Amino acid sequence: MKSKFSFHLGMLAQALLAMLFISAASSAYAVEYSSIDAAKSKITFTSKLMGSKISGSFGKFSGKVLFNPDEPEKAKANLIIEISSFNAGGEELQEEAKGKDWFSTKLFPTASYVTDAVKITGPNSLDAHGTLTIKGKAAPLLISVKYQLQGKQMVFDASFQVLRLDFGLGAGNWADTSAVANEVPVNVHLVLNPK
Amino acid sequence: MDKVRYTSVAIILHWVMALLIFATWSIAIAVDDMPLSPLRITGISWHKWLGVTIFFLVVLRLLWRAIHPAPALNLAMPAWQEHAMKLTHLALYLLMLLIPIVGWLMSSAKGYTVNYFGLFELPDLVDKDKALGHQLKEIHEFLANGLIALVGLHILAALKHQFIDKDGLLSRMTFGGSTREK
Repeated sequence: MKSKFSFHLGMLAQALLAMLFISAASSAYAVEYSSIDAAKSKITFTSKLMGSKISGSFGKFSGKVLFNPDEPEKAKANLIIEISSFNAGGEELQEEAKGKDWFSTKLFPTASYVTDAVKITGPNSLDAHGTLTIKGKAAPLLISVKYQLQGKQMVFDASFQVLRLDFGLGAGNWADTSAVANEVPVNVHLVLNPK
Repeated sequence: MDKVRYTSVAIILHWVMALLIFATWSIAIAVDDMPLSPLRITGISWHKWLGVTIFFLVVLRLLWRAIHPAPALNLAMPAWQEHAMKLTHLALYLLMLLIPIVGWLMSSAKGYTVNYFGLFELPDLVDKDKALGHQLKEIHEFLANGLIALVGLHILAALKHQFIDKDGLLSRMTFGGSTREK
């Protein structure tokens, strides 16, 4: 009786040890990345005014991102972009951008991008299907993302194009795309720290 | 007596540039107080395109003048007037060269890349710098006002020679056949 009990205890201890070992091993490989390095991450874009490129950026954004390199297809992102951090051109352009014809910052202080599904497209690349919402208008957006480990951080880079008129950016006279192009190339550089 | 005039190329350059300077300056006055709008952006773009053209043309004109000197002045005028004339011409050339360059610098400092008729972009000369952009705008305007004042003087002097002195000076810069130099 005693020996049988001790035999069970030994088995249990072994099983526990094994479980501990496995979970330790798997967590060592499956690091999850979920906190945004705000200082290193950036969103930049390019607009064209009468044939001249003008570059700008959104300096402030936050949100929830979950990424596990073992299971990239389970990645999730919900990014919130602060429109007030818009920076491009001179002062007057800055003011105009915040006005009602463009971002209407008072009514719509943030834009967002939320992923719906993520597909693996290569060893270090994925397609994020999601919804981009600017100025209260939502439109589906497919973003091709490349990622790589740099030191302890996971770095994501994506380039895509937004059509400003899809989001009502540039109302009234501004709808004229010969002065301000409809196509706006956007670059996202996202740096995540391990959890 | 043979008519003394500038070469045809010089005469064409003179009048084309006169028109371009007038157009470029008019656009600047028109868009200056305009709120930011597609019309303002279009106006500023044309202002820059014409300004770049003026710069190319004045360089071409100076090169042309270096090979084809101005014709000798075959009329008597007080020495101070001749000095004033030479000084005015020199200042006009300098301003026609300088104003576009300061404008280009100003545009770069304000964060707007200059292009030429949407065909190609000119390199940014300086990094974006709000304070510098403001200073360059002041200089650009000051020089442009100086240019317009000198153009006014230039026109008044030409009119004086044409209608008061009646010495046919204007025919040096025109293709007209009837006015003869005295």
